[in-house]
Amino acid sequence: MEELQQNLIPGAGFYQKHLGFEWGPGDLIVYETNYKLQGPRSAGSPSVHIVRRDEDICSPILRKLFSESHLIFVGLQKIKEDVPSKNKKSQFVSISKNYRSVIRACMEELQQNAVSTQSGSLASQYGDQVSILLAIELIWNLCEVLFIDAAPAGSLLLQLLDWVRLHKSDVDAKAREVLQSDSPAQHQSYWDVVISLVLQGRTDEARQVLSKQASLRAESSSVFKRMDGLLQTMPIFNPTGTQTLTEFEVKWRHWHEECDRCLQDNTFASNRHLETICKILVGDEDTLLEQKELLSTWYHFLVTRLLFTHPTIKPPDLHYYAQSSMNMFLGPRASPEPLDIILLSAFEFDLHQVIKDCSIALNNWWFVAHLTDLLDHCKLLQSHNLHFGSNLREFLVLEYASGLFTHHSLWQLAVDYFDHCPEFGRVYLELQIERVPLDTERKAIKVLRICEDRQMSEQVRSICKIMAKRALRNNRLGSALSWTIRAKDAAFATLISERFLQDYSNKGSFTDLDLLDNLGPAMLLSDSLTFLGKYREFHRLYGEKRFSEAARLLLSLMTAKIAPRSLWMTLLTDALPLLEQKEVIFSVDQTYELMSCLEELNSGTKHSNLTDQDEDIESTKTELLRLALARNLTMAIVKEGTIET
Amino acid sequence: MFVAKSIAADHKDLIHDVSYDFHGRRMATCSSDQSVKVWDKGDDGEWHCTASWKTHSGSVWRVTWAHPEFGQVLASCSFDRTAAVWEEIVGESNDKQRGQSHWIKRTTLVDSRTSVTDVKFAPKHMGLMLTTCSADGVVRIYEAPDVMNLSQWSLQHEISCKLSCSCISWNPSSSRAHPPMIAVGSDDSNITYSGKVQIYEYNENTRKYAKAETLMTVTDPVHDITFAPNLGRSFHVLAIATKDVRIFKLIPMRRESANSSGPTKFEVQVMAQFDSHNSQVWRVSWNITSTLLASSGDDGCVRLWKANYMDNWKCTGILRGDGSPVNGSGHAAALSAVGVPVAAQMVVGAASAGRLKHSMLQYFY
Repeated sequence: MEELQQNLIPGAGFYQKHLGFEWGPGDLIVYETNYKLQGPRSAGSPSVHIVRRDEDICSPILRKLFSESHLIFVGLQKIKEDVPSKNKKSQFVSISKNYRSVIRACMEELQQNAVSTQSGSLASQYGDQVSILLAIELIWNLCEVLFIDAAPAGSLLLQLLDWVRLHKSDVDAKAREVLQSDSPAQHQSYWDVVISLVLQGRTDEARQVLSKQASLRAESSSVFKRMDGLLQTMPIFNPTGTQTLTEFEVKWRHWHEECDRCLQDNTFASNRHLETICKILVGDEDTLLEQKELLSTWYHFLVTRLLFTHPTIKPPDLHYYAQSSMNMFLGPRASPEPLDIILLSAFEFDLHQVIKDCSIALNNWWFVAHLTDLLDHCKLLQSHNLHFGSNLREFLVLEYASGLFTHHSLWQLAVDYFDHCPEFGRVYLELQIERVPLDTERKAIKVLRICEDRQMSEQVRSICKIMAKRALRNNRLGSALSWTIRAKDAAFATLISERFLQDYSNKGSFTDLDLLDNLGPAMLLSDSLTFLGKYREFHRLYGEKRFSEAARLLLSLMTAKIAPRSLWMTLLTDALPLLEQKEVIFSVDQTYELMSCLEELNSGTKHSNLTDQDEDIESTKTELLRLALARNLTMAIVKEGTIET
Repeated sequence: MFVAKSIAADHKDLIHDVSYDFHGRRMATCSSDQSVKVWDKGDDGEWHCTASWKTHSGSVWRVTWAHPEFGQVLASCSFDRTAAVWEEIVGESNDKQRGQSHWIKRTTLVDSRTSVTDVKFAPKHMGLMLTTCSADGVVRIYEAPDVMNLSQWSLQHEISCKLSCSCISWNPSSSRAHPPMIAVGSDDSNITYSGKVQIYEYNENTRKYAKAETLMTVTDPVHDITFAPNLGRSFHVLAIATKDVRIFKLIPMRRESANSSGPTKFEVQVMAQFDSHNSQVWRVSWNITSTLLASSGDDGCVRLWKANYMDNWKCTGILRGDGSPVNGSGHAAALSAVGVPVAAQMVVGAASAGRLKHSMLQYFY
C-alpha cells in the first residue's frame, strides 16, 4: 500500500516515543507518552499539541463560498418533482452555472489576494487554493456540458469549445497586447495569437488580427484574402437555426474539401504560417500536435481536433477521441495526472468514476457533495445501496455537513444539509447539535429553536437541563427555573423550588418576581413549584391589600395539602398580620380551619433536633397564634351574628 | 496542511490521558505525577490551566468527564487501586477573576485490589453511572442514585472477567432496540482464555449483566477498545487496539420469541484490519460522527482511518513527532511532511507547474 506523507509534529517524540491522542471538535490533541508504563521517566516537562487542518489564510474567502453555495443547495432541494423534465433541465443548468459563478468569484478574490500580498509564502498558499478551484471549476463545467445539459451532436462541440475557451484565457490577453502594440503584424506573438484563435475556432477574431497583416503586404494580399475567405466561410452549426445536422455536415464537408484543395494547390506555399493554418483547418493531426505549446492541454487538443475533423461528434463517440487525444498529446513517456484521468472518465461518461476520483484526488467534500447532489437531482446516478441503505449522494452530503459542524459559525449551514438527507440526516443532526458549545444564552436558544422545530425532544430536554444546571451552579435561580420548565424536568423543578423557598426564609423576600408571577400552567410541573407559585401569589395579593383573597389562598395552601408540612408554621405566621387587622378577614369557618391546622401541626412528633431556645421560640409562636386566632374568632362570630341595619 | 500548537502541560511526569469535555471547551489531563489538571478554552481560543491538584497516591491512568447534564464532574482512576469522582464548585469571585476553579473530591471507590486501569461514565440515558475495570479482572459498575448528591455511590454490579482488564467501552446508543452493552478488553497474556474481548449485556429480567459474546479471534493482548456512535444503524461497530487495529461489526441476531431470556446473540464480522503500525497498537478512538478512526501505535505514529461509501477503509493521514525537543513558542506551526508524496496531487494547466497541496476545503473532523 502506498505510504502517505507523514506529518511531523514539532516538539514531540523527543523524550517518549509513543503518541497519545484525543479527538476534539475539529482538531486532535496529541501528546508524548509511554504506553508500556515502564522505562525512563519523562526527563522534560511534557506538552500537549493541538493539531488541526490549516485554514488560516483562505478561510474568510472560502467561508463565502460555503455560505453562498448553501443558498444554492437549499434552492435546488426545493425544486418540485412534478415540474416537466424539459423545464427542469434548464433549471438545473442554471443552478450549475450559479455554482460555477460562486466558485469563480471565490477564485478571483483569492487571486487578488495572491497578487497583492507581500509575503511569498502567503502568495503561494493563495495560489495553491486558486489552482484547486480552477481544477474544480474545469471539471464541474465539463460535467455540466456532458451530463446536465447533455448536449446532442452539433451543440456538443460548440459547448466544448466554450469550455476550452473559458479555461484558456491567456489568449485574450496576448491578443490584446498584440493589437494594442504599435505594429501588430511585427509583434513577436502575432502569429501565435492568430493560430491560437484559429485553434479555438474563433475565426472572426482571427480574421481581424490577420487583417493587420494584409494591409501591410500589398503583393501577398491575395493570399491573405484567400485565407480570410476560408476562415469566413467556415460553417458553424447553429442549434437554434433551421439547418439540420445533416445539412450542416454536407456544407462542412464542402468547406473542408476546399481547404484541402488549397493545400494540394500549394496556395499558401509562400507563407509558412498561412500554410500551417490551412493544415490546421484541414485537421492535420501532426500539425495540431506541433502546436502543443499553444494548446497546452490534451483536452484543448481534443476539442480542436474534433472541431476540424468531426464537428458533428456524438456524445457516445467522444471517449474514443478523448483517449487517443490524450495518448497522442502526452506521448509515450508521460503518465496522466489525476486531473487528466478525471476528465477522461467524464468524456467516457463514467460518472461514478469521476466522483470517486474527485473524492480521492481532491480530498474535498465541498465539491463532490454539491456536484453529486446536483447530478442526483438530474437523476443521473443509479443509487448504489450502501451497507446501511443510504446512497452516494447522501453519504457525501453527510460528510460535508459533518465537517461544517465543527466550525464555530458555519455549523448553522450544516443543519440544512442534514435536513435534506432523508435516511440519516436526522440522526447525524441529533448527534452533532448536542455538541455545539452553549457559550451564551442566545446561542443556546438558537440551538434550541433548531431542535424544537424538528421535534428533537430529547435534545431539547438535554440542552435545557445543561443550561439549568449551569445556572443553578452559579446561583441564578430564576434562570435555572425557566430552563427547568422548558426542559419539563419535574425533579429538578422541585429542587429549584425548594432552593427558592430556602432563599426566601433566609432573606425574607423572593427573587425573580417576574418569573414567579408569570409561571402560568408551568406551575403544575411539580408540587413544590405549584406551591412556590401560589405562595408568591399570596404575597402579591397581600401587597395589593386584597386581604380576603389572600386569606383564602393561604388557607387553601394548607387544607389542599399543597404546602409541605415543614412550611405550615411559616404560613400560619404569615396569617398573623391578617388576623391582626382591624377588620375581620378570616371568617368563622376559616378560623376554625386555621385552628385545626395549628393543632394538627402541634400534635405531630416534636422535632428532636431543636435546641431549647428554638423550642421556646416555637412554643411562643404557637401561643401567639392561638391568641390571635381566638381573638379573631370572637370578632368573626360577632360580625357574622350582627344584622346589618 | 496541518498546523500544530503546543501547550506546555506543566506536568512533572508522563501524561497518560487527556480528555475533552462534551462541548470541547474544557480539557483534563492526568499524569504519573499523580495530579489532574483542568484546562479551559478562553474566548481568545487559547487554553488556560484553571485547576491543578493531586488526585491519587499513584500514577493516574485515565480521566474522563461526565455528561454536562450532571454538572461539571470528572472521574479518575489510578495505580493506587482507587477511582475517584470530582466536582467543580463555584468559587469565590476573586478566584474567578484569577481564572481558577476548585475541584473537590466527592467519593473514592476503593473496591479494587489492584491497579484500576480504566474509568468510564455510562451513557447518560442510564443515569449517573460510573464503570471501572482493574488488573484484578473485575469490572465494577457504580451508580449515584441521587444526581444532586455525588458523594453517594452504590456498587450495582461486579462483573468478573477472569482476565486482567485494560479497557472498557460502553455502547453509546440510547436506542430502545437493544439493552445496555459494555465491551471489556484484556491485556492478559493468559492463553487458556484466548478471547481477549468480552461483551456484556444488561438483562431486564435478571437485572444483571450477562456475557453476550467473546471475540475469540482476538487472542493477543488488547490495549484499547471503543464502540462507534450508533447513527441509526441496526448493528454495532467496535474498534480494538491490539497487535493491529481491528474493526468489528456486531449484528444482533433476531431472537426467537420463545427464548427471550438469554443475552442477544451476535454475528461477528471483521470490517477492517490494519497492521500498518507494524507493532502494538495502544489507543483507538472514533471522532464524534464516527467518520474517522484514529489509532496510535508502537511506531510512534497516529494514523487516521476512513471508510468510503463502499465501505473500503483507507488510511487518510499520519501524524508523528519530529523527534525534536519542545519548542515552547506556543505559536501554531505548520507541520512539515515527509515521505513519498501521494500520487494523487493535482496539476492544473501549464500555468501552475507546482504540485498542489490538499485543499483547505476539507475540514478536519
